[in-house]
Amino acid sequence: MTDVTSGPFLHSGASVSRTMGLVILALVPSTAFGLYLYGWPAITLFVVTISSALLFEAIALKLAGKPILPFLTDGSGLLTGWLLAMTLPPWAPWWIGLIGSMIAILLAKHAFGGLGQNIFNPAMIARTVLLISFPVQMTQFLPPLPLSSANAPGFREGIEVVLTGHAGLDALSGASLLGSIKTQLGQGETLPSILASLFDMRDAAIGSIAGSMGETSALLALLGGLFLLITRVISWHIPVSMIAAMVALSTLCHSLNPDLYLGPDVHLLSGAFLFSAFFIATDYVTAPGTDRGKIIFGAGIGMLTFVIRTWAAYPEGVAFAVLLMNATAPLIDAYVRPLIYGRTRKGTPLSYPDDHTKGPTS
Amino acid sequence: MKLFKIKGGIHPKGRKEATSNKAIQSIPLPTMLRIPLQQHIGAPATALVEKGDLVKKGQLLAKARGAVSANIHAPTSGRIIAIGRFIAPHASGLPGTTITLRPDGEEAWADRPPPLDPDTAPVDELAKRVAECGIVGLGGATFPSGVKLNLRNRYDLKLLVINAAECEPYLTCDDRLMRERAEDVLTGVRIMARTLGVERVIVAIESNKPEAAKALRTITKASGDDKISIVEVPARYPMGSEKHLVQTLTGKETPARALTADIGVVVHNVATAYAIQQAVCHGRPLISRIVTLSGEAMAEGGNFEVLLGTPVSHLVEQAGGLKHDPDRLIIGGPMMGQPLSSLRAPIIKGINGILALGQKQKQAPPPMPCIRCTSCAAACPCGLSPFDMAQRIRSDELDSAVDIGLLDCIGCGSCAYVCPSKIPLVQYFNYAKGSLTAKQRADHKQEETKRLVQTRDARMEKMRREKQEAMARMKAERAAKKAKEEQQKQAAAAAQNADTETKIKVEA
Ligand code: SF4
Ligand code: SF4
Repeated sequence: MTDVTSGPFLHSGASVSRTMGLVILALVPSTAFGLYLYGWPAITLFVVTISSALLFEAIALKLAGKPILPFLTDGSGLLTGWLLAMTLPPWAPWWIGLIGSMIAILLAKHAFGGLGQNIFNPAMIARTVLLISFPVQMTQFLPPLPLSSANAPGFREGIEVVLTGHAGLDALSGASLLGSIKTQLGQGETLPSILASLFDMRDAAIGSIAGSMGETSALLALLGGLFLLITRVISWHIPVSMIAAMVALSTLCHSLNPDLYLGPDVHLLSGAFLFSAFFIATDYVTAPGTDRGKIIFGAGIGMLTFVIRTWAAYPEGVAFAVLLMNATAPLIDAYVRPLIYGRTRKGTPLSYPDDHTKGPTS
Repeated sequence: MKLFKIKGGIHPKGRKEATSNKAIQSIPLPTMLRIPLQQHIGAPATALVEKGDLVKKGQLLAKARGAVSANIHAPTSGRIIAIGRFIAPHASGLPGTTITLRPDGEEAWADRPPPLDPDTAPVDELAKRVAECGIVGLGGATFPSGVKLNLRNRYDLKLLVINAAECEPYLTCDDRLMRERAEDVLTGVRIMARTLGVERVIVAIESNKPEAAKALRTITKASGDDKISIVEVPARYPMGSEKHLVQTLTGKETPARALTADIGVVVHNVATAYAIQQAVCHGRPLISRIVTLSGEAMAEGGNFEVLLGTPVSHLVEQAGGLKHDPDRLIIGGPMMGQPLSSLRAPIIKGINGILALGQKQKQAPPPMPCIRCTSCAAACPCGLSPFDMAQRIRSDELDSAVDIGLLDCIGCGSCAYVCPSKIPLVQYFNYAKGSLTAKQRADHKQEETKRLVQTRDARMEKMRREKQEAMARMKAERAAKKAKEEQQKQAAAAAQNADTETKIKVEA
C-alpha cells in the first residue's frame, strides 16, 4: 500500500503543523498577557519549559527511531511544552519546567507510542505529578507585578529568580484565589465574607490576579477559544458541555446554600476553568471520537471539577477532572457509536418507510 | 422546493472555470480504435466479429452476456484487425479482451433501427431499444440502463431523479451537455419517466451550474411540462452520491443494503438521458460520449465528443497536449477517479474526464500519525468514523472494521481530503474491502470444496452400500441356490434310496 492507488487526488491543505500552529496562535493573547503580568522570571521559565520540551521530543524520537524533522516540526511537542508552561506558577524554579517537560513528553506522550497514541493529556499529567511531588513550589503564586511596574525584577534579576531561587519571593507569594478560599473556609469563615475581601469580578475576568502563568485571564482564554471555534480547530461540544455542567451544578448548590458553595461566576472566572475548557479538554488525542461522546466527556469534566473544588483537599480540580475523563474516553467511544447512514443507532438497517417492492401478484 | 440537509460533505474548490466555457468539440478520427469487451459492470460482452471482418458504423460488435451486461457497437466503419488482450483504462492497468478497429474514414453507417415515438411507443419497446443500443449509466457507474428501466416490473416507483449534480471538481461535461443540448436531454428524461412509470421527475443540478439550470428550465416552461422540476441543490461534495441526492430532495434515507428503488425512487445520470434520446429518436447506439479534459498540466483542455475506443493519447493531443509532466493522470474526477496507467488506454463508456493534475512532484511527504482530530468523521456523509476503521484495518481486524460500517463506506474520499495527517484513508478501505471480497471468495471456494467432498463422500457411501447390498444379495442368492441344490440332491438321493429300496424289495 505504498503507492497511491486510490483517490482523492486533491487535498484540503490541512496539516498537523497548521492545526498546532492555530492553537498556538490562539494561545498568544493569554501568553503575552501572562508574561507581561509576571515579568522576566515568567519569561525565563517559559523559555526553559518550551526548549526542554523540544529537546525531550527530539530525544524521544531518536530513541524510537522515528524521523526527527517532520515530527519535531509538526508542532505537537512545542504545543505540549507551551500548555505546560501556562499551567505553572509564573515564578517557579527552572527545574520545575524541565521536569514537567520531561514527564509530559517522555512519560505521558512517547511511552505510549508518541503522537496520537497517548491516553492522557501530557500537560495535565505533568502538572499533576509536579503538584503531588512538589506541593510547595507548585502552589506559590504571586500577585501580578507587571513588567511596567517599578519593583518588577529586571532581565538579569528575572533570570536569577528562576535559576537560583529568590530571596524576595517568599515575602511576596501566597495562594491563588481558590486556595485562599479553601484555607479560610476551613477556618470557619463564611463564603460571602471571604469573597468580599478576595474576589473582584473584574480582576478575575481580566486576569490581573494571582494564578498560573497563562490561565488567569478568563476573557483572553475565551477569546482564544472563540478563535479556535471559528477556525474549526475545535468543535463546540466539549467547551459548551463543560461550562454548562459547571454552571448547572454550581448554580444549584449555590442557591441551596450560598454560605458554603461558590456561585457559577467564581467558578468560571477563577482557576484554569475556561482555559482548560478550550485548550486542554479539547485535546483531540485524549477525547472521545464522536460528538455525543464529546458532550458526555465535557459534562463529566465540568461536574468532576466542581466536585473536586468543592469537597476534595485540592483547591483546583480541572487537571484531575481532565485526567479522570481521559481515562473514560475509550469507554465512551465503545458505547457511544455514531449514527451510520441508512442504519439505526444500534447498527441495524433502517426499515423501509413504505415498501415499494411489488408483490408477485402485481 | 424544500431541500433537506445531509450530514458531512466537503467543499473542494470547483476548478470548473477552466473548461466550463468551452463548447463541446469533436476530434478527428484516430488511426486505431481499441474497444474493450468490458465497458460496464457485469459480465463482458461476447464478440460477434472476427479478425479481418469489415464493419459498419453502429454495427453490433459484441453481444451482452448475462442479465447485467451491455451490447457494444462499432464506433465507426473499418476493419477489425485484432481481437486480443490490450491495456484497459483501469487502476490496475491489467489488460482485457479488446477488439481493435482500423477506421476506413468512410463513417458508413450500418442499418439503424427505426426511430420510436417517445410519447406513444410501448414502454417495453423503449426499454428494449435502450438495452439493444448498449446504453449504460454514464455517470461512471456503468450499470446497464435497460435493466434499470425495467425496475418498474419489480418496484412501485414514484420519483425519477436525474443526477445532474456533477459534484466532482474539474468536470464540466454534463454542464456543457445541458447547456448545448437541453432539448434532447429533456426528451431523454421524458422517455425514462414514461418507461419507469413515475409520476414525478426532478432534475437535480448543483447550484454552481446556473446556466445549465436555466437552459433546462426555459424548455420545461415553454412546453408547459409540470411533471419535471429543475432543482438547484447546494454545491457540496458528494452531492452526486445517489442516496445522498435522494435524501436532499425527499428527506428520505435509503436503508443500508437497500436500493433507492426500495423507497420508490430511481436515479439516472443526465448524460444517460441524452444517450437514451439518441437511441430512441435516432436509433443511434452508444458509440461516443462527452469527456472533459482538464487539469493544471493540460495545455488547453475542454469538452470533447469522443468515439469510444479512442486512445487517450490521441484525445490529449487533439486537445492541445500537455504543458508539462503531470503529477498525476486520472480517469474521472479527482475525488473518486482512478489513476490512468497508460495514455494508450482507450476511452470507454464510463469515462467522463481525463485529468492531468499538477506538476510532477519528486515525492509526497509520508503521512503523519492519526491525531484523532475527527475531521474525517465530521466530513463523512455516511456517518462513519474513518479514523477508527483505519485503526482497525491497520491492526488487521477486518471484521471489527465491518462492524463499525466499513461496507457502508461509499469511497467518496471526503475523509482523506480533510485529514491533516494526510492518511490515505480510502486506500485503507479499498484494501480492506478487497481482501474481504477475496476472503469471501476463498470462503465460498472452501464451502464449495466442502460441499463437493461431502457429495463425493455421500456418493461413495452410497456406492459402498449398494455394493454391499449387491454382495449380500448375491450371497443370499448363492446360499438359496445351494440350499435348493442340496434339497434337490437330497430329494434325488431320497428318490434313489427309495428306488433302491423298491428294487431291493422287488428283488427280495
Ligand atoms: S482526519 Fe486524519 S488525523 Fe484526523 S482523525 Fe481522521 S484520520 Fe485521524
Ligand atoms: S470514503 Fe467512506 S469513510 Fe471516507 S468520507 Fe467517504 S464514505 Fe466516509
